[in-house]
Amino acid sequence: MLVCKDIQKTFDAGSATEKKALQGVSFEMKENDFVTIIGGNGAGKSTILNAIAGVFPVESGNILIDDNDVTRMPEFSRAKYIGRVFQDPRMGTVPNMTIEENLAIAVRRGKRRTLRWGITKNEREVFCEYLQTLGLGLENRLKAKVSTLSGGQRQALTLLMATIQKPLILLLDEHTAALDPKTAKSVLELTDRIVSENKLTTMMVTHNMRDALKCGNRLMMMHEGNIILDVQGDEKAGLTVPDLLKMFEQASGEAIANDRMLLS
Amino acid sequence: MNLGAILQAINLGLLWSIMAIGVFITFRILNFADLTVEGSFVLGAAVVARLITLNLDPALAAWIPLIATLAAVLIGVLAGLITGFLHTVLKIPPLLSGILTMTGLFSINLRIMGMANINLGRGITTLMDQAAGGLSNVTTGITGLFGGSAVDVVSRDASIAVGLVFVIIVIMALKLFFNTEIGYVIRATGDNEAMVKAQGVSTNRTKMLGLALGNGCVALSGALVAQTQGFADVNMGMGTIVTGLAAVIIGEVIFRDKNSHRVFIAVVFGAILFFIIRAFVLSIPWMNANDFRGITAIVIAIALAIPMFREKFNFRLKKAAFGSKEVE
Ligand SMILES: Nc1ncnc2c1ncn2[C@@H]1O[C@H](COP(=O)(O)OP(=O)(O)O)[C@@H](O)[C@H]1O
Ligand SMILES: [Mg+2]
Repeated sequence: MLVCKDIQKTFDAGSATEKKALQGVSFEMKENDFVTIIGGNGAGKSTILNAIAGVFPVESGNILIDDNDVTRMPEFSRAKYIGRVFQDPRMGTVPNMTIEENLAIAVRRGKRRTLRWGITKNEREVFCEYLQTLGLGLENRLKAKVSTLSGGQRQALTLLMATIQKPLILLLDEHTAALDPKTAKSVLELTDRIVSENKLTTMMVTHNMRDALKCGNRLMMMHEGNIILDVQGDEKAGLTVPDLLKMFEQASGEAIANDRMLLS
Repeated sequence: MNLGAILQAINLGLLWSIMAIGVFITFRILNFADLTVEGSFVLGAAVVARLITLNLDPALAAWIPLIATLAAVLIGVLAGLITGFLHTVLKIPPLLSGILTMTGLFSINLRIMGMANINLGRGITTLMDQAAGGLSNVTTGITGLFGGSAVDVVSRDASIAVGLVFVIIVIMALKLFFNTEIGYVIRATGDNEAMVKAQGVSTNRTKMLGLALGNGCVALSGALVAQTQGFADVNMGMGTIVTGLAAVIIGEVIFRDKNSHRVFIAVVFGAILFFIIRAFVLSIPWMNANDFRGITAIVIAIALAIPMFREKFNFRLKKAAFGSKEVE
């Protein structure tokens, strides 16, 4: 489904602030894989998701989605394969447009835009049904601007927008990090439900080790632009937080100095 | 200020409001400070003036003013595309892209006109003259029914009618367009470019389209203004952007409801009010048109700074209410 082969990415190459964010990252994901990704600040977690989404070109390596080589494809062309939710709730939606207009843009992801109406009556009904499943009452606020929603509501909406047109790959970058614990929990449950209902191939970055252990069938740990741990199935199911901490120390040769990663 | 002055202000306001709508599209919807408009306004005037005075095919004579006006729109669209190309393909920053096109347009406008100023006065038929003729016939006909005598419609009133027709057409067309699939993603581009890309749309394309549309409107306005004032001048674009911004800001102040289709109507009212204020200020004996430009610039600077002041003020309020810790 997704193949990353020896991806390298250096920011500000040749300058004093040069940063090797990805140092040859390789992995493969099967269909329906749900991988959680953990790692300290600056480990390269966001960078690998952005590289897959095509936010910037990579220096070397190949990215294949469903056997299509997308390495040189511009971001907007690959978007037909990819659904995304970002850490900042403002990033996934258009604040000055209404809920239904946002959904209407999202349901056409990867399709040619024409001079047909931006939203149809039929779609409105479908959106209503979808929004009902969130249980946030948004189905009664189709014509409300997204800027009037709370962070949690926006992330739920963004999640819906990312998946309403089923993506081959769903990329979630700390999408609950900016929310209060209670909202974060419900957005995470929603994520779990949407992913399993639609059998989505998913990569989820999180700074919460417990969430990383609880969700998905596979776990990767990143450190300084490398994947230093990649476990799945039963092996993953048997892991505990202390195990992860120990593995991190062994693999990286240093203790975790990063309290954000030391869970909540 | 007498009624005549107010009517003249309404006339100018209507015609210039189409330019202000163009500025609204680039500045507010696309979030692109586009200075191309200073050139594309003149471009519209230049194209219309040249085509009308060419004395083309006499068989087409009755259609020439309309054809010339539409041609002005098309060429304005091209000007927008050039700025779009400079920005999206060549990666030149928005302000500079606009300045480059505007500067280039100065030479092009002179080439199109062949001279710095074309007179569209006596003996030359413009849209406004045609409208005045048509309206005179109609009103004479109507008064004739009641036994009255012939009525002459003054060109100012004919011009108001023409302006009204164009404003209505432009607003309806834009309202429809911005509710299409393409319209949606153009609106989204100015608000959240990353989201538009993530939804599979090239923001290079949406920006090009928005700039084309905006400058098409601006050129249309220039074409109509030239026909109403009876000349095109290579320097008539000076201060266009400031006038456009003023109309947009005044409009937004009157109709606080942003982003609904009513904003276009708000901008039209903004433009009309701007020209009424202008007429009033110019009626003060020691004021002249050149002073007014400076005053407008200062007022706009203040208006654009209001969000910043508001933020500071709110910040202080919050701080006072909750203590500094809870303020982000
Ligand atoms: N656009 C950028 N420009 C320069 N450096 C960047 C950029 N994005 C990320 N980096 C750097 O690359 C490294 C990896 O960043 P990132 O992938 O965002 O880390 P994280 O694992 O916390 O998500 C960091 O050192 C970061 O400073
Ligand atoms: Mg990150």
